Amino acid sequence: MTENMIENTSSNDGQEKIGVYVCHCGTNIAGVVDVVQVAEWAAKYLKHRGVVIAREYKFMCSSLGQELIEKDIKELGLNRVIVAACSPHLHEKTFRTACANAGLNPFLCEMVSIREQVSWVHTDKAAATAKAKAMISGGVERVRHHVPLEPMTVPINPATLIVGGGIAGIQSALEIADAGFHVYLVEREPSIGGHMAQFDKTFPTLDCSACILTPKMVDVGSHPNITLLTWSEVEKVEGYVGSFTVTVRKKARKVDEELCTGCGICQEKCPKKVIDNVFEAGLGYRKAVYTPFPQAVPNFPVIDVPNCTYYEKGTCKACEIFCAPKAIVFDQQDQILTLKVGNIILATGYDLFDARRMTNYGYGRLPNVFTSLEMERLFNAAGPTNGNVVLRDGKTTPQSVGIIHCVGSRDKNFNNYCSVICCMQSLKFAHLVHERTGATVYNFYIDIRAAFKDYDEFYQRVLEEGTLFVRGKVAEVSDVPRVESEKGKLIIQVEDTLIGKQRRIPVDMVILSAGLEPRKDSKETARTFGISCSANGWFTEKHPKLDPVATMTEGIYIAGCAQGPKDIPASVAQGAAAAARVLGKIEQKAVALEPIRASVVEERCSGCRICNGLCPFNAITFHEDRMVTEINPALCQGCGTCVAACPAGAITGTGFSNDQIMAQIEGLMMLNVEPEPVAA
Amino acid sequence: MTEALTISSTPVSDPKQIEDLTLLKEVASRTAGVSNLEMCIQCGTCGGSCPSAVEMEDTPRRLFAMLRAGMREEALKSNTPWICVSCYHCVVRCPQNIHIPDVMYTLKTMAVDAKLVQDSTAPDFSQTFVDMVEDYGRSFEIGLASRHYLKHFPLRLTNMVPMGMGMLSKKRMNLTPTRIKNMKQLKAILKRAKELEAEQ
Amino acid sequence: MSDYILYPGCSMETGARAYYDSLKAISKPIGLNLKEIDDWNCCGATEYFGISKTPAYALIARNLALAAEQAANGTRKVVAPCSACYLNLAKADHYMREQPKLGRQVNEALAAGNLSYKPGSLDIHHLLDVIIYDIGLDVVEKNVVRPLKGVRVAPYLGCMVPRPDYDHRWSDHDLPVELDMLLKTLGADVVDYPLKTECCGGHMPQISPATAFEMLRRLISVADERDTDVMTTICPMCQLNIDGYQGEMNGFFGTNYHMPILFFTQLMGLAFGIDPKELGFGLELVSARNVLDAIGVKAPPETPPAPPRRPRKPEGLPMPTPLANPQIETLKKEVTK
Repeated sequence: MTENMIENTSSNDGQEKIGVYVCHCGTNIAGVVDVVQVAEWAAKYLKHRGVVIAREYKFMCSSLGQELIEKDIKELGLNRVIVAACSPHLHEKTFRTACANAGLNPFLCEMVSIREQVSWVHTDKAAATAKAKAMISGGVERVRHHVPLEPMTVPINPATLIVGGGIAGIQSALEIADAGFHVYLVEREPSIGGHMAQFDKTFPTLDCSACILTPKMVDVGSHPNITLLTWSEVEKVEGYVGSFTVTVRKKARKVDEELCTGCGICQEKCPKKVIDNVFEAGLGYRKAVYTPFPQAVPNFPVIDVPNCTYYEKGTCKACEIFCAPKAIVFDQQDQILTLKVGNIILATGYDLFDARRMTNYGYGRLPNVFTSLEMERLFNAAGPTNGNVVLRDGKTTPQSVGIIHCVGSRDKNFNNYCSVICCMQSLKFAHLVHERTGATVYNFYIDIRAAFKDYDEFYQRVLEEGTLFVRGKVAEVSDVPRVESEKGKLIIQVEDTLIGKQRRIPVDMVILSAGLEPRKDSKETARTFGISCSANGWFTEKHPKLDPVATMTEGIYIAGCAQGPKDIPASVAQGAAAAARVLGKIEQKAVALEPIRASVVEERCSGCRICNGLCPFNAITFHEDRMVTEINPALCQGCGTCVAACPAGAITGTGFSNDQIMAQIEGLMMLNVEPEPVAA
Repeated sequence: MTEALTISSTPVSDPKQIEDLTLLKEVASRTAGVSNLEMCIQCGTCGGSCPSAVEMEDTPRRLFAMLRAGMREEALKSNTPWICVSCYHCVVRCPQNIHIPDVMYTLKTMAVDAKLVQDSTAPDFSQTFVDMVEDYGRSFEIGLASRHYLKHFPLRLTNMVPMGMGMLSKKRMNLTPTRIKNMKQLKAILKRAKELEAEQ
Repeated sequence: MSDYILYPGCSMETGARAYYDSLKAISKPIGLNLKEIDDWNCCGATEYFGISKTPAYALIARNLALAAEQAANGTRKVVAPCSACYLNLAKADHYMREQPKLGRQVNEALAAGNLSYKPGSLDIHHLLDVIIYDIGLDVVEKNVVRPLKGVRVAPYLGCMVPRPDYDHRWSDHDLPVELDMLLKTLGADVVDYPLKTECCGGHMPQISPATAFEMLRRLISVADERDTDVMTTICPMCQLNIDGYQGEMNGFFGTNYHMPILFFTQLMGLAFGIDPKELGFGLELVSARNVLDAIGVKAPPETPPAPPRRPRKPEGLPMPTPLANPQIETLKKEVTK
């Protein structure tokens, strides 16, 4: 390996004084890369490239490590710094701050990732060491072309947009509004409340869901700092942290909110009954003019246009006739609102897995197979059966009930993740069925995941009540009897894995604990807001452990199930956490934007527009008049996509200019590193 | 203090078991395609779906657990693979996409190789079928049926007279075998295939 | 005309002669041009895999290699009417791709016979798949001159076509609707038969008769309870087990079922007005004479359709609407076209 060879293309003119700092990261790097040798090599062989000092240290990110750098800057007059350590995602800020503390412009510090890109992905020590050297060489060449940059400061608009009026969004809204700042809460349904409003009881304490939720809903509805926009959807988001411009479509309610008193006479008189597929989960009916439930906030109804007789035939108008304050406005149009906000919280929630997809469980074909959401409505005193647990015929109380866990979850044919809430929800159902009907209850599970405070205790309680647990993923639910005792029943066929035998268990009712899925349009939502989401469609947090409610886009936060399946306490915690992050930002009053961003050299731009659709942050606009593209510096996040895409080389990035990139590549190429032999 | 640092190791009673922890891998590598056998989460979808599970000594899931535990002899003695009807209900439902019937085929071949088959009815049937195919290139029902039933179900023959006569009179069974033209080619292919199989 | 390379499989010439006869009879009207693989051999059914892996796949692959040679001068589409044959061909092709080592070994064996097969070079289908998704139900409908009015047919597919379904061709693994839709196109009264993809027992009559008889009992009793005149199948093995072993099963349980089972191609031919003799009628052991009676000369007097009932006030709790399946919707459109 010709690792010590550096071809001297052009000697250093002596202007750059570069310090190279190689981190052991304990054994994370030093276990694979010979860091001592790397540092010695850099000091010796990169000297003519401007390196005046090279050091290795156990933990460069520790305060002692940082002090080393600061001391060298002051004493040796370093004007460039290379830190060869972890990914810049983790510690770029740390080292930039250290440089700034020593009086060096922080953008003259460059990190070389020899952990994520070297030691963690290679096993051959010699080859890894050589690669680390090559990367440092590239870093040195690059940093020579760095120029001091100054961050841009933008003021923060203290208003916040929250999308989604479920429990997570409600929590965020109240936290921020109570702190004295304005909140726009946008909800696409006619009322806030989300899924929690549909539930009967909440695990493990069995609090009445409505009793704990509705006070918060009322607070939102009456809060002076909250503008509640229900029956509304966000259509467009422009701008950047501190100053977003959001376009919201406020769908025509066909009801004048100023005049409506929420008396409910219109709903009473409306002759058109419609199956309520949203709030009643398809199990109950509502009218064509409706509020989803009695405690709805706001309690103004909406007219369901596609189902309203007036819009179909031009007659009826029963609602209008009976409305005393004359609040029905048949020709009301959608309104487009423009909101100016500084921060955004997305709390758009989840969709229930469509259990009809698992045809072997018979939902949609066998009447007495129910989904979890249907059951919530059956248990609910305000639901279609006034809380009576009955079969699909509307009257028969089941004598035996089978509850199936993991429906659509932990299954590579559907969703490969655990939906988190189903175990506890199933245990709750077991308890409620037992309490309401006295029926024999079976729970069919793969593993019981009851992992939080008081959850396992609830499992114990359900065991004590005599629920029969069968460990096994149910193979099928059938209505085809094989023996007399199965006639007229639903037969649950399952391997009882703890006894290793196949069992066929006849029951009257089957409950499918369907999993949680991202909203059908979550990927579209992510695009609208310029954030990323997983392949499944869950919104991606900035860091899974250390920054769970922020996103990679500054000023946009996520909370609740939109980020991944979670229960009510976790959703509330995230809602509050996102609010705290927003309040922190608001209190900063202004925010410094990274100066790393792209810009267009207008003379070179051919107007081909190839870059136009590529920007994940909507920072690119095209000027039809001049036929050139422009990049909004405040929106640009410096990802470099457009720079790479531009066929004319007309886009360049501050902090990643073509000069810098070419120099880095040259630096990499100077060292002839042999490829690591591929493991057989 | 020293006590806390001592790790007590449970002695393994049968040292052979340690060696056999490779069993699962061996089965997976001998199975056609990517079996995903190591991905089993023991959920029992297979055992629940199986239409002939009642006849099985071990459900497929349990058999896979035995493979993990390195219980070579017990696993290869199990009648389960021989009772599998290849209906593929388990495959399409398996949350881990395990190719269960193909694993069953592998276990059959391993059981025959290891001479651990307990009931020869099924392996004899397969072998007789394969013999005919290797001789003629085609299956030969009447030859197969007479040889198999005489050996394993002599008492059923009287019950089967109506069916047999019906099949013969309706010419749904040929009295003589059909042979493919290029038997030489097929034999050469199978000979080479058997050598390759033995080399593994 | 659609050209296909045909892999008939052993049983088409013996036990399932009625299937082959009826297939030949219907192929012309629906524009199916079949050319048999020259000198094909047995696919090994479910037996060879359990004896030895590489030879089992080599045995199948000889057919694939021969078909591929034939495909060089025409279509690369292969059709197999037998479920086990279809699955074996598809499986060998699939696994030779999925596991390149298997592909290499099989080709090494084929080389001993101067053959080779590159997995993926053929397009392998079951006959029902071809008729539904390639020929199309509209073409079938055009040929129906003698609708199977009043004949209650239970669609029975058995296992190996809708599962494992490597290429995701079928509308469902448990309750696919393709055969139902074909039968409806023929004018038959389709029985809601929930066991349509349950196993017929396969080789179990030869291994464990009690197991086999129980599996047959489930299939036949449910068809019987649902007033089935005739079952119809797409697989020679299913036909043989239900037809051939029904007598022995009746003896075993002391039952007295008489449940005829025909190949779906026989019913197609019948609806197309083809002479039952050409379609292999009468080859079944449990006579399906009743089907002929039902639509033949002694056609029952047509009962006027019941007046449409007024939709009643919904009683009880509403049911979820069925899941929209784009595959099925396309088929439906095709039929009504």
